[in-house]
Amino acid sequence: MREAPAYTEYHPKWHRIRTSTYWWLGQRAYLKFILRELSSLAVAFFVVITLLHIRALTQGPEAYAEFEAWLRAPLLIALNVVSFCFVLFHAITWFNLAPKALAVRLGGKRMPDFVITALNYVVWLAVSAGVAWFVLGG
Amino acid sequence: MVAALLVPIHLFLYGLAFPLGWLKAPGYESTLALVRLPFTRVYLFVLCALPLFHWAHRFRYTLCDGLQIKHLNELINLFCYGGAIGGTAVAGYLLWNIP
Repeated sequence: MREAPAYTEYHPKWHRIRTSTYWWLGQRAYLKFILRELSSLAVAFFVVITLLHIRALTQGPEAYAEFEAWLRAPLLIALNVVSFCFVLFHAITWFNLAPKALAVRLGGKRMPDFVITALNYVVWLAVSAGVAWFVLGG
Repeated sequence: MVAALLVPIHLFLYGLAFPLGWLKAPGYESTLALVRLPFTRVYLFVLCALPLFHWAHRFRYTLCDGLQIKHLNELINLFCYGGAIGGTAVAGYLLWNIP
């Protein structure tokens, strides 16, 4: 008697709808998410400006004065305004997300979300005040 | 966390307040004296290095998931993380060689 042929399971490729490159324009929440991720470019821009600032410091007072004049150019001011808005957006959304990532328990009870958010904002203000005081020669 | 806590105030002071004259900018000599301190050099190194890796990681995923160009993964990783490593090296070099 002939043996039955071996049976192999057939797995066709799962059907997936191809995702468009512009999927993030489909909903406001998606757009907000991508804008938040793009705020990382503003952070990188800040680092580049800081490195140029440090380089100007090492090159002497004339180079430093030239760098300060360059920072006053309208294009740089505009870029700094846009970057500042993005960096603020990133910071505020980050602190608002903090309770989701940080579950602090006191005496077995979870701290309310607004307390963790508020503490983050207080630390942010304190650190900012400290940096400003240090920079302004306090 | 560094990017959220520290970058806004630095960007506000050096990017807007000082260039626009809202606050009196510290002069060259006082800025140089401040940056010469070992604490400030370490602080600036951390201020540059960590946000660079912050950018690298998030921008990598923005390109892969946002623009759906996962097939360029190796190139994107090289650009992002390589850029962060390069920037960190430049920051270290500059801060080490402050006169």
